[in-house]
Amino acid sequence: MTDFLVQIHNKTYPDKQHPERVHQAIANLEFNVAQHQFVCLVGPSGCGKTTLLNIIAGLDTQFDGQIILPGTKPAKIGYVFQNPRLLPWHTVRENIELACHDGIDARILDDLLETMQLTRVQQSYPEHLSLGMSRRVAIIRAFAINPDILLMDEPFVSLDAPTARQVRQLLMQLWRQRPHTVLFVTHDLREAIALADRIIFLSTPPMHVVRDVQIPLSAEQRLNESPIEQFRQTLLNQYPDIACLL
Amino acid sequence: MKPFFTRTRLLSLISTAVFFASWQGLAMWLNSPVLPDVIQVAEVLWQAIVSGELPHHLGITLMRLAISFSIAMLLGCAFGIALGRHQALNAFFDQWLVIFLNIPALVTIILCYVWFGLVESAAITAIVINKLPNVIVIIREGTRALDKDLLEMAQIFRFSKFKTLRHVIWPQLHPYVMAATRSGIALIWKIILVVELLGRSDGMGYQLHIFFQLFDVASILAYTIAFVVVIQLIELLLLKPLDRKALRWRR
Repeated sequence: MTDFLVQIHNKTYPDKQHPERVHQAIANLEFNVAQHQFVCLVGPSGCGKTTLLNIIAGLDTQFDGQIILPGTKPAKIGYVFQNPRLLPWHTVRENIELACHDGIDARILDDLLETMQLTRVQQSYPEHLSLGMSRRVAIIRAFAINPDILLMDEPFVSLDAPTARQVRQLLMQLWRQRPHTVLFVTHDLREAIALADRIIFLSTPPMHVVRDVQIPLSAEQRLNESPIEQFRQTLLNQYPDIACLL
Repeated sequence: MKPFFTRTRLLSLISTAVFFASWQGLAMWLNSPVLPDVIQVAEVLWQAIVSGELPHHLGITLMRLAISFSIAMLLGCAFGIALGRHQALNAFFDQWLVIFLNIPALVTIILCYVWFGLVESAAITAIVINKLPNVIVIIREGTRALDKDLLEMAQIFRFSKFKTLRHVIWPQLHPYVMAATRSGIALIWKIILVVELLGRSDGMGYQLHIFFQLFDVASILAYTIAFVVVIQLIELLLLKPLDRKALRWRR
């Protein structure tokens, strides 16, 4: 199985107000990810994290560099967008089934719904769900295709804190059952520490890697606030340059 | 279960009754052959139905409507989606569309008859040409308003072209298709009669032409009533159920 490599030398946008000028979004960004690693990308809002995910996902092909994806060719990509992006005219279950290119075993789908506590609403339409529920459906959809790589773009943004914590724990439960290579974008350092094996800190545009840090916390430690808070303090003391990125 | 006579039903019933009562009153007051009363018209209508004349001509007109409507919708959706999705194509055909939208119906009808002869295919072609640009414009607007996020989602999860069309694009176009359908049926009804009047020897338009020459207002009104009833039935039995089925997911 090939590793997963991201190498972007240059990515520019034409400036909308001044067409003769260009805006450099990414410059010399490079990292690779081992199989089944959970990596958080942390950076300030508007630094181009979504652009990066879109490039990796193949939605944006206008850049200078290369992306080597793991697994089968073409790699199966699970994407959890910032908005759930469910088809409103299909039920929860249909939404997940439709995403599965080769179909999905009903029992596997039942399991996934059970883990995410969505069994009860599987025949509902997305407009009848809360945002937290829709997010969970989007997460199942991405897991259900058994992806070679899972991209998650701030999937818990605009959830209230208890709901976010609940969905985060459900996500970890799911990920431990079915480990996948994950790239998880967030601007919340606590969230990143709670989830990731490794955090990559990204700069303001032109975006590049500032720091690359392993998170040695155990699963139990991640359940509590204090070890996470402690580790956060250690990180900030050790690398003062990341404070301005948060 | 809901009672049959709900408030809205009762109101529309009363309004219908008021309409016919005022017609009857006006006819009795004028006492002129130009405005026959309700009972006269009802008799004529009954006679026309029993003799089989009305069903025959109405049937032919309905068949023309169905054929030309289907062709116009099918082509219109295909072109509309294509123009909405591809800017270059749209830039190229935009002028044509404006021209065809604004050619008077009568001109297309006459030209079709002159070029293709007084045949059925010429009649159908004339109706389609009149309706097609309308459908294209409505569907094009719908296609432009498609949700890009959902299209990206379909791309990421590797939906096939057909699957994207069926599950992502078509449901979003549904309101536009229904708008094109409703305005389309109304427009085609109006054009079809002119087409029949000018170059066919059957159908509602042909019949109305004869009644006009005979100054037979009662028959004209009787045929109009038959017409309105058919439109109501199409709306009630075809379009409303389609709407309900397609929009059941809405809150």
